[in-house]
Amino acid sequence: MDVTQMYQDIILDHYREKHHAGLREPFDAEVHHVNPSCGDELTLRVKADDGSVQDVSYEGDGCSISQASTSILADLVIGRSVEDTLALYDDFRTMMESGGVGTPDEDRLEDAIAFQGVAMFPGRVKCAMLAWSALRDALMRSGAVSNLGPDRSDDE
Amino acid sequence: MPERYDVEAIRADYPILSRMIGGYPLAYLDSANTAQRPKPVIDAVADFAFNHNANVARAMHTLGVEATAAYEGARAKVAGFIGAASPREVVFTKNASEALNLAANTLGASLKPGDEVVISVMEHHSNIVPWQMVCERAGAKLRWFDVTDDYHLDLAKAEAENLINEHTKVVSLAWVSNVLGTVNPVAEIAGQAQAVGAVMVVDGAQGVPQRPTDVATLGADMLAFTGHKLGAPTGVGVLWGRYALLESLPPFLGGGEMIEIVRMESSSYAAPPARFEAGTPPIMQAVGLGAAIDYMTGLGMDGIAAHEKELTSYALQRLGAIDGVRILGPQSYDDRGGAIAFTIDGVHPHDIMQMLDARGVAVRGGHHCARPLHERFGITASTRASIGVYTVEREIDQLADAVVWTRDFFAGKGR
Ligand SMILES: Cc1ncc(COP(=O)(O)O)c(C=O)c1O
Repeated sequence: MDVTQMYQDIILDHYREKHHAGLREPFDAEVHHVNPSCGDELTLRVKADDGSVQDVSYEGDGCSISQASTSILADLVIGRSVEDTLALYDDFRTMMESGGVGTPDEDRLEDAIAFQGVAMFPGRVKCAMLAWSALRDALMRSGAVSNLGPDRSDDE
Repeated sequence: MPERYDVEAIRADYPILSRMIGGYPLAYLDSANTAQRPKPVIDAVADFAFNHNANVARAMHTLGVEATAAYEGARAKVAGFIGAASPREVVFTKNASEALNLAANTLGASLKPGDEVVISVMEHHSNIVPWQMVCERAGAKLRWFDVTDDYHLDLAKAEAENLINEHTKVVSLAWVSNVLGTVNPVAEIAGQAQAVGAVMVVDGAQGVPQRPTDVATLGADMLAFTGHKLGAPTGVGVLWGRYALLESLPPFLGGGEMIEIVRMESSSYAAPPARFEAGTPPIMQAVGLGAAIDYMTGLGMDGIAAHEKELTSYALQRLGAIDGVRILGPQSYDDRGGAIAFTIDGVHPHDIMQMLDARGVAVRGGHHCARPLHERFGITASTRASIGVYTVEREIDQLADAVVWTRDFFAGKGR
């Protein structure tokens, strides 16, 4: 696969201009996740005390894939029910673990569909997952959901 | 004296270098991470496995004797390669990290509250974390050299802070930085350390593969390095120590072969180096290290150092001429190692690595196990190209072209 196809315009646009960036009040939980192999770092806050994700705010440093993934995540989940956010996490994760084959649901994943190409680069899947894993962790810590057990992406 | 350094002939010993990656010839510029292995090393390891494999020391049959001779032969080669007074000063470990942990734990055993250990901001995590751990355990204080804006150890600041003083028990520094390429004045600092009775530990993971090594000239009391950056297989490293020092230290790991007599109440320990080699050692890997040393010696360490300087200087020139590229580390190639870390404005090192890989260029992107050093320069990561004994100018050209392509792609141009 041509690497330039991994870097879809959507990804580069979000990388250059991140949506919902910055750390905001109020929040129910704050988490700090890192990708130790490459140094991507992300602090993510979530406000979710009425059954929906009212706000996601963040500050991060990392590659275009991890940064764009965070920006797109914020776009997708702010205003979404906590339950559906976790379901979306599962859908995103399934796509990222697919090795780039299959036809993920574009209506469901919206801009996040752009990461399908990234799934063909196993070394970069963690970058795309960083924000999603952080969000899942933050939702657990906020008490918005009960303990879901460890994230499978932490297994590796 | 070896003949002229013939890099094309050398490349013929490395079949992997003729691989194609994504339609481009491989330009392997990640030798500071791990070096490729020449055929004689692979052959030596295979010959050992096919014909001589047995455990060492404890196996007394013919194969055991042959394996022991091969393993101890490798120890003698290491000793010769670094100018050790005796092979008994050479301890085999699994890598440089374990060698540094061995140094930290054995030297750390006598640390007391109020004692100080000195490292630097430019260290690899392997030369930071073990010292943090032992200092915390002993209640000792960890201190460090800062790095100047021009990428050298800040000796003036150290002097002003009285960094090395009567409380200092250990100073542990990289000889050559794995990120900046900076060559540290190890002998000078060793003199200061020894003047206050401290032990000087040198992390030679990058230095030993790149330049002639003589532990006496280096001024070290201990020297750690790793086989796989020298063309040996992974799984073997070395801690060299002055014999009197090794003899004064307690064991690190307990187990077979490191003992003299074991009773249920307590045991007495073998003399070094066996004291520090608990359990079955990396025998085949050590044999590979011996072969790698023979290979490097055959090329000539002076020739290797000269080649590295020439290629590093060429790479600095090519990369330095590209708009938007910033080189982290001394810009002049006088007394500099072969690691060249750089950044490209607006492009994350991880993305750079991916783009270069797509053009066949293998580099490393990240913090290179030196997060504090990156933090010192206000960044979280960089891209690092590094030179090996087999690197040629056309690979540097391939790198430079791919860097320009990457920069333009992310700037929205070359699409
Ligand atoms: C300066 C330095 N020290 C220590 C190490 C650790 O070597 P190893 O991973 O083989 O233990 C490295 C290699 O990454 C290094 O470059």
